[in-house]
Amino acid sequence: METVDYILLGLGSAFCAYRAMISKHLLPSTLYLAGVSALVTVTLYLLGAYEVAVIELSVGAGLVTVLLVYVLSVIGEDVFDPTSIIPKPLAFLLVAGIGGLVIWMAYPLTIHPNTNGEVLLAEVLWKQRALDVWVQVALIFSGVMGVLGLLSEKAHPQEQEMPVHEIHAIHDEHAVAVQIEKEIHA
Amino acid sequence: MTLTPLNAVFLGVILLLVIGFYGLLITRNLIKIVLVLQILVKAVVVALVLAGKASGNLGLGQSLAATVIVADTIVAVVALALAVQVRRRVGTLDLAKISTLRG
Repeated sequence: METVDYILLGLGSAFCAYRAMISKHLLPSTLYLAGVSALVTVTLYLLGAYEVAVIELSVGAGLVTVLLVYVLSVIGEDVFDPTSIIPKPLAFLLVAGIGGLVIWMAYPLTIHPNTNGEVLLAEVLWKQRALDVWVQVALIFSGVMGVLGLLSEKAHPQEQEMPVHEIHAIHDEHAVAVQIEKEIHA
Repeated sequence: MTLTPLNAVFLGVILLLVIGFYGLLITRNLIKIVLVLQILVKAVVVALVLAGKASGNLGLGQSLAATVIVADTIVAVVALALAVQVRRRVGTLDLAKISTLRG
């Protein structure tokens, strides 16, 4: 019964991933990606990885989806060009080769029962993999700074660098030109 | 040979990997590339947890999976910001049109 659940979850997530890949518009693709995240979350939960399941649901199905929808609302939809850079049959052959190689090397999985007892995630994360936590902190900080820098709108360089007295001079010249034009018409 | 639950999950991971690789090869839209990359990383996250479960060290698998999720999210955020800037300056998201490299 458990095997059937995993097969259904795998097929469902593969279907959503395929639809996300081939959809001509980006908004349905984004929603199908959220579906993949939700199904992957259920798989992780059934595997016993509760903490990662929560992170995946909140980040994968929540944050990334919201971000993608926001980006689509900012830039609008591009007309999707279906022609690929490399021929599709060649891509299919390459991917089939990679999939076959992975199955040949790792299938079926060999199970190694843990004789030392289960180690909690908190202990692994904070004691054994403390460097990973610092790397994550640095990544988040650099990501936030990068987004702030990239999305910030800069003023036009000429307007930004022009001194005040030059701006006044331009206004004076404009006023003189208007005065001359009035005199000519008069 | 009977299909065990972990092997069923493994086949699902391979399906996601294959779809992600195929999408990465045929996609030209910048935002779609980010999207397909997300699919690939989801397959990797499940594979890490699966490897942890199979080796009897689920905590280590979860720890690595969490790190991968954080890194992938940052990659997606920066890539989307870059895509917005490219769209504003070049006017398109098509890789073939924005590429200045000519062979």
